[in-house]
Amino acid sequence: MISLVSFVGLFAEAFNRPPIDWHALAPEITLLVVGALVTLLDVVLLEKGRAITPAIAGLGLLAVLVPIVTLAVDGVASNPRMAFGGSEVYVVDGYSLVLKALFIIIAYLVVLMSTNYIAEGDYWESEYYGMLLSSVLGMLVMASARDLITVFVALELLSIPAYLLATWRKRDLKSNEAGLKYYLNGVFASALMLYGMSLLFGVSGSTILVEINAAIGEAAASTAIISLGIVLVIVGFAFKVSAVPFHLWAPDTYEGSPTPITAFLAVGAKAAGFVALMNLIFVGFWSRSDVYSPALWILAALTMTIGNLTALRQNNLIRLMAYSGVAQAGFMLAALTVAGESAEIAQTSASAVVTYLIIYAAMNLGAFAIILAVTRRTASAEVAAFDGLFQWAPALAVLMTVFLVSLAGIPPLGGWYAKFSVFTALLEANVWWAYVLAGLAAINTVIAFGYYGRLASRMWFEKAPDSLDTTSLRVPFALQAAIAITAVATIAFGVYPAAVTHFSDIDVPAAAAALVP
Amino acid sequence: MYLVQFLLLSAVLFCIGVYGVLVRRNAVLVLMSIELILNAVNINLVAFGAFNRDVGAAIPGEVFALFIIAVAAAEVGVGLAMVLTIYRNRKSIDLHQVDLLKG
Repeated sequence: MISLVSFVGLFAEAFNRPPIDWHALAPEITLLVVGALVTLLDVVLLEKGRAITPAIAGLGLLAVLVPIVTLAVDGVASNPRMAFGGSEVYVVDGYSLVLKALFIIIAYLVVLMSTNYIAEGDYWESEYYGMLLSSVLGMLVMASARDLITVFVALELLSIPAYLLATWRKRDLKSNEAGLKYYLNGVFASALMLYGMSLLFGVSGSTILVEINAAIGEAAASTAIISLGIVLVIVGFAFKVSAVPFHLWAPDTYEGSPTPITAFLAVGAKAAGFVALMNLIFVGFWSRSDVYSPALWILAALTMTIGNLTALRQNNLIRLMAYSGVAQAGFMLAALTVAGESAEIAQTSASAVVTYLIIYAAMNLGAFAIILAVTRRTASAEVAAFDGLFQWAPALAVLMTVFLVSLAGIPPLGGWYAKFSVFTALLEANVWWAYVLAGLAAINTVIAFGYYGRLASRMWFEKAPDSLDTTSLRVPFALQAAIAITAVATIAFGVYPAAVTHFSDIDVPAAAAALVP
Repeated sequence: MYLVQFLLLSAVLFCIGVYGVLVRRNAVLVLMSIELILNAVNINLVAFGAFNRDVGAAIPGEVFALFIIAVAAAEVGVGLAMVLTIYRNRKSIDLHQVDLLKG
């Protein structure tokens, strides 16, 4: 007995808990409580709880915005807080706060889109929202992660529930296939990423990104290992953001998953992948732009071009949106290529990616919400099902046109400002390869008019199929709310870009600014 | 410290794992190949951790390896559940037959 006491005492002495900044962790803790509540309510209330689960999940997500706002009021943007004992492992600064708010709002919109879809589909409801919330928790952690272990755990926390959500309709062969493809690609990507991380850990002797950046600078020996490590980590995240040539899972997974989950993967999971890439590049690898710039350049050029060209010949709207999402990811990667040029360019590049993520979330979620509303009637996401949409659902046709025009990047809708900020970052870098990439991006913007325009013109000018019931369509309230929020955001961001830049004009996360030669 | 031998072992395991993921048609064998890659990572991390400790640096390598072991268990749990669902629906886990979605 005495030996047991001394054994426990040994641990009590050996382990000194670092001082924890609970306020900085409040958003994550709130979300954890909400997620646990949603899961437990199902156990207690059983069938009676089904109706209220989406409401609790939605309100819970909005409740997470409260600590985010109090942190913002507290002046975190100018005075970053370290959550664990002042070490640079888990940082809450203006940048991570904006992204956390973005993830919460994305998740809220996905809950609005799921409400009727899941309730009418006879799926497992409370588990669905529980999984969704834990995936969002992973995204919140990712926004603050500045350490290889934290990045890895956040990535798995957001991916594992997402694999399950993609397979949610478990008796449907297509959903099975969607989930399996997503799972195998995702797990393979994390394995490659981990191998890269292990090499970087070996060279630098640390898992903290700031220390890695200091250890792997230009002067370091063993360049080959460092390059291999960085490239493998970037390849790992290229799978997550569905960059060409690692995008093949995306269209299949998007087509087979439940549509609200498709929207969640296309916007939320992709944004989380970009956030991880930004944390790694701006904090961890910043001094090695000779390695990551060429790698990202190739990925960006391929992603934009092949994404757009493949989108041109898609006949299924979900697959079209998948390839359009691939192409949009190419634009964001393009902005990241110039990150290492100088501290000022790093600033512009980080702001451009955050701006793009915010606007992309609004317009893409809007388009998916309309696809959800229309497929309630047509039960098919083929492009032909949208023929003559204007005749029987004029409001949806007008709003879909708004989203498509925005995705194509035509002023005065949000999308143009997103593309504009990417071009600004590329041109300000003032190096020849950035100009080449900007040229490619301009050509791709024109190609994209092709498929967005074709879809829009079919909605307006074709005749609706005779077999279709063309009485006016009733859209459920939750879905209406999702469409309204995204439409207002898309239009407002385009007409008044300062609404975005107020948030996206963040200080670049740590390291980059401090290490300018 | 013989660091190179450990790194070579891990590199060989990594290559076998990647080959297995790309070539194998059986879903369970693909999962096993992914485990091989993860074990390569763990060997790397522990070897580097021990090596860096000799030099006197910090030692989070073993901790990282423990995290990977724990998370990989959760991951494989989900993966096997998925393979089981597919087997129930199709009576086969041959990945080449899972090809409804194309385009």
